[in-house]
Amino acid sequence: MTTSRRNFLGLVGGGALAAGLAACGSSGPKSTPGSTTGAAAGSGTTYWFLTGQPQQGIREDQVKRFNDANPNTKIKTTEFQNDAFKQKIKTAIGAGQGPTLIWGWGGGGLKSYVEAGQVEDLTDWFNNEHADLKNSIFPSAFTAATVNGKLYAVPGETVTPIVLFYDKRSFEKIGAEPPQSWGDIMDLVPKFNDKGIAPFSLGGQSRWTNMMWLEFLFDRIGGSEVFQNIYDGKKDGWSDPSALKALDEMQKLIKANGFIKGFSSITADSNADQALLYTGKAAMMLHGAWTYGNMKSAGKDFVTGGHLGYMNFPPVDGGKGDPSDTVGNPGQYMSISSKASQADKDTAKKFIANNTLDDATVDAWVKSGNIPVVKSAKDKLSSITDKSDSAWLNFVYDTAANAKNFAQSWDQALSPTQAETLLDNISKLFQLSISPQQFASNMNAVIGQ
Amino acid sequence: MVLPALFMFLLFGVVPLIGVFALSFTQWDGLGPIHPAGISNWRSTLKDPGLYHSLWVTFEIIALSWLVQTPISLLLGTFLAGRQRYRGFLAVLFFIPLLLSSAAIAITYKALLDPNFGLAAGLHLSFLAQDWLGKGNLAIAVVIFIISWQFIPFHSLIYQGGVRQIPTTMYEAASIDGAGRVRQFFSITIPQLKYTIITSTTLIVVGSLVFFDLIFVLTAGGPGDATRVLALDMYKRGFMSNQMGPASVIATILVILGLVLALLLRRLGGSTTASQQEGA
Repeated sequence: MTTSRRNFLGLVGGGALAAGLAACGSSGPKSTPGSTTGAAAGSGTTYWFLTGQPQQGIREDQVKRFNDANPNTKIKTTEFQNDAFKQKIKTAIGAGQGPTLIWGWGGGGLKSYVEAGQVEDLTDWFNNEHADLKNSIFPSAFTAATVNGKLYAVPGETVTPIVLFYDKRSFEKIGAEPPQSWGDIMDLVPKFNDKGIAPFSLGGQSRWTNMMWLEFLFDRIGGSEVFQNIYDGKKDGWSDPSALKALDEMQKLIKANGFIKGFSSITADSNADQALLYTGKAAMMLHGAWTYGNMKSAGKDFVTGGHLGYMNFPPVDGGKGDPSDTVGNPGQYMSISSKASQADKDTAKKFIANNTLDDATVDAWVKSGNIPVVKSAKDKLSSITDKSDSAWLNFVYDTAANAKNFAQSWDQALSPTQAETLLDNISKLFQLSISPQQFASNMNAVIGQ
Repeated sequence: MVLPALFMFLLFGVVPLIGVFALSFTQWDGLGPIHPAGISNWRSTLKDPGLYHSLWVTFEIIALSWLVQTPISLLLGTFLAGRQRYRGFLAVLFFIPLLLSSAAIAITYKALLDPNFGLAAGLHLSFLAQDWLGKGNLAIAVVIFIISWQFIPFHSLIYQGGVRQIPTTMYEAASIDGAGRVRQFFSITIPQLKYTIITSTTLIVVGSLVFFDLIFVLTAGGPGDATRVLALDMYKRGFMSNQMGPASVIATILVILGLVLALLLRRLGGSTTASQQEGA
């Protein structure tokens, strides 16, 4: 009778597997996370943030300074890896178990917290009591912290625009100058391909890497209002003629073999896309300013030897966009849970006001090769002795400070529902498996959701 | 004795199932309050071509991974049940993939398959530098290859046990009648393994139906939605798009599909529970 029992076990096992998976789908938000019960609401002021250096060390120092100065109202911290954090924080907030201080990227994610009534309105407190701090921060950083005209988060940490990196050695090999326009880019593509150098590196499997291209093309061709309309939920915003033209130009570049062969199999989290640039396999790369540090440490003499070049994305001939515009992360954000006790809220506010953009923090950010979101960062740049770092930081500062419009990355700006559909469709657009029209109609279907 | 098990099954199996079913009639983003939504989630999800695409990909993976795994496992299992030299040593080697976690396997393969810095560059074999995870059909083939690589040892083990149960007298009798090894395999081994094959098939089918971790880490459903299986679709809708209602609809469909398939396979084995073994 062994056979029949095995069959039965198979059946029960299968059912349990399915049930177990279903359990993941529903019971998550209701469960009390065992490892973080100490950080649950009502047990003092709590703060969750991301691991990863140098950011982690700077955040830890901020809390340490605060706790040393305020021994009676200490802040307890819990640290998470990036992806684990994104899941955990949403679940915890939904279950009323979130931290007092909510670290995040602003935009669509923040908006969903606001709509669920989970975060404090900080408008009056910040504008009235901390006008000095407010005025010291780049104005562009506030857009992603504002929902329906009210401030729900305070910008902090660093400003990281997306820039066009290039390898000067590759340009010497083909005897050309860095592109000054979209037309130049299209002209450079065959020249690099003829020499066996891929024109652009791209970690296409990560999807948001492809998105950065569209962010710039939309802006340069149609101006910042094209995406603003989409963000505002305007009907059929994705079928704007400029949007369709941008999508079309994108596919033209892909068809012309503008990107390295097999880019859809390359991921950004392994930094393989950066390696393609600094090993000379690709000539150019559109990527976030945060990649500079790794290219310097992993790329041998690529940065220190002066081979790395960088520039803002060039204009498109006949485009309406301001060439000073940029996209990326205008900052990171801290909100306060509306479910926390008044005492905890006050402690959190004190921490934000005194310790997140204080002199020591700004110093530490600049030393780590980042531009903090405050204008005073400029004064600190003269103290940088490393020549390549100094030139790089000045460039990042100027790009951020001079940008007429600093747009937030689309997947952060849009609601999670739209962002996921967007990344899917971008992946298909880059596969050439959908046309610009199909892309637009797929995206129009979820606009405003 | 059965009470604690029953309690655990109810608590972690049945209660969440009921919860998911109830959630499929609501609108919830995981953050705010839950609003009743009637059958609108069911209507919109069943109309969504994405659902049928995911269903198709899931069935593709079920069918192909069965077709790849079953013959190889059957042969390996029969081989391992024999009495050859080094068999024990080889069995340990075959078993290794089963000891690794799916996430570790996925990350390793992702690195090996990188067209510029992966196996192709390491071994200087340019034909290995394909767009493995970037082309839809190739990506599915890669997924099935890795699933098979990971689970063939497990199914070989099941078949090994099954073959060992077959009385040697049957083979002796066959030899006397002049049947060769191939003939013995098809006329004795396979018929005697009928229930073992059904068990292994049930595990492959139901396992592939809810297969998630490896694909999630390896391709995240990409390129586009080429490898987006139903379980991944559910996860993405629920936890990336914050749409718990539609995600619960898919979860319910998954549960029903799993139960129906398992029941069908059980029916296939016949209602009789009698063993086919000689003298049993």
